[in-house]
Amino acid sequence: MNTEAVKSIYIFEMNRARRTIFQSIISPVISTALYFIVFGSAIGSRITQVDGVSYGSFIVPGLIMLSVLTQSIANASFGIYFPKFTGTIYEILSAPVSSFEIVLGYVGAAATKSLILGLVILATAYLFVPLQIAHPLWMISFLVLTCITFSLFGFIIGVWADGFEKLQIIPLLVITPLVFLGGTFYSISMLPPLWQSISMFNPVVYLVSGFRWSFFEMADVNVGLSLFMIALFLTTCLVIIWRIFKTGYKIKD
Amino acid sequence: MQRNQTNQSVIRIEGLNKTYEPDFEALRKINLTIRRGEIFALLGPNGAGKTTLISIICGITSPTSGRVLINGKNIVRDYRATRSVVGLVPQELTTDAFETVWHTVSFTRGLFGKKPNPRHIEKILRQLTLWAKKDERIMNLSGGMKRRVLIAKALSHEPDILFLDEPTAGVDVELRKDMWDLVRGLQKNGVTIILTTHYIEEAEEMADRIGIINRGELILVEDKKTLMRKLGTKRLYLELQQPLEKIPARLKPYDLKLANDGNCIVYTYDTRAKKTGITALLQDLSESKIKFRDLNTSKSSLEDIFVDLLKENT
Repeated sequence: MNTEAVKSIYIFEMNRARRTIFQSIISPVISTALYFIVFGSAIGSRITQVDGVSYGSFIVPGLIMLSVLTQSIANASFGIYFPKFTGTIYEILSAPVSSFEIVLGYVGAAATKSLILGLVILATAYLFVPLQIAHPLWMISFLVLTCITFSLFGFIIGVWADGFEKLQIIPLLVITPLVFLGGTFYSISMLPPLWQSISMFNPVVYLVSGFRWSFFEMADVNVGLSLFMIALFLTTCLVIIWRIFKTGYKIKD
Repeated sequence: MQRNQTNQSVIRIEGLNKTYEPDFEALRKINLTIRRGEIFALLGPNGAGKTTLISIICGITSPTSGRVLINGKNIVRDYRATRSVVGLVPQELTTDAFETVWHTVSFTRGLFGKKPNPRHIEKILRQLTLWAKKDERIMNLSGGMKRRVLIAKALSHEPDILFLDEPTAGVDVELRKDMWDLVRGLQKNGVTIILTTHYIEEAEEMADRIGIINRGELILVEDKKTLMRKLGTKRLYLELQQPLEKIPARLKPYDLKLANDGNCIVYTYDTRAKKTGITALLQDLSESKIKFRDLNTSKSSLEDIFVDLLKENT
């Protein structure tokens, strides 16, 4: 294994995050703080509790997921798209690195950045609402799995995109609506039965539900099912990436 | 110039084809052997397939068929071993605009599996007169400096084989000369160099062997001196005492050209021919009462050979 190459890509990407710290960390934290103020304080004061948990606290896992999902995708997609855009991808392709090592470097860095962001938002949440984590290990596990899975998904988008517009389309038109409709700000059980059934087709529901369970031991769907769905999505992304490198799709002529 | 080349092959290309969809044949049945330690210049017009060939050898592009061996190892099966000994300076100025010179060069070294070696990076940057710019962001550098950065990146992992794809395109004379010196220095240290260029003078100055590629086909590979000897012609310039309006009918067989407003006769002859025709020409000139006050000869350049070959193959 070319560990030096993995290390180089990882450090290179982490340095990029350091250069763009406002965009990478501060901006999402400010957005989340605004959500706390608007949804937690303004609207939350009218919705007192959800299944025994104050509304302000209830939305914390969903808000963390919202940022983690969007930033995982943004970090990983930009990480691999930028060398394609500038042409520096030639270096990666001509280096003695395997596709696994390339993915490990880029996705590893993107997932690390998202994980840091998730933990920073969690720390920020403590400033606004009382919070207890029932299963800290499960919470970390859900968070790490989600960071990796959606960084892999972002990597796929970055390879697929051949312009900045395409780079934004999936996060804006698919991911953001799915997150908002995936129980970030409400419990699925609060919806009419028809919408509850429709929501079950939204993969984000399983992520938010599982993550929220690790905080409050309350879930819209079974925790095992949540884990299974994350694992399924993770496997799907890995298979797609394996195909990308096997066929050279949008990477090699 | 010291030459460390041997007849041992370092790169062997066998039956290489590359077809882009739907039916553009970028490379056709390329067979080529690059010798260890040589400077090989690949000449060809735009779109001839030079960059495609380099891209395949370096692993950037996949071949449609055929194979490439580096040090006897297949570039697809043994990609780690083969790629780790190759450095590439691409044609385009593709750089990480926001990175510093030091970081981007160190990044490439790591990418090729080498442990950090600040001394080596410093040596390269000093050689390329980039040391003063090491903490500068690449976006702030001039085009020539960016070109140097690309060379520094390609040398960062101490490659045995260096590909220079149009290395002096758009650079000033001073930098071009610097690069030539650098390339010669690398060759002295045993590095095999393959360069593509539009500048014939560059190939003439630097190369040990020359390959000419046109429309995806390698139409000639030859030792530079042999090539120039085999295909080279010489020109005899006769400066006349009195200008001529036209070449007399008697001298027609010599296919003479008038130059310099009729003050000079140019005779082109084949150096390989048993009889060059010079004696007969001088005799006929004398009998035609055409007197000259000076004469000199010049060899045809590689450019002339190149242009002639391309004409033949068009």
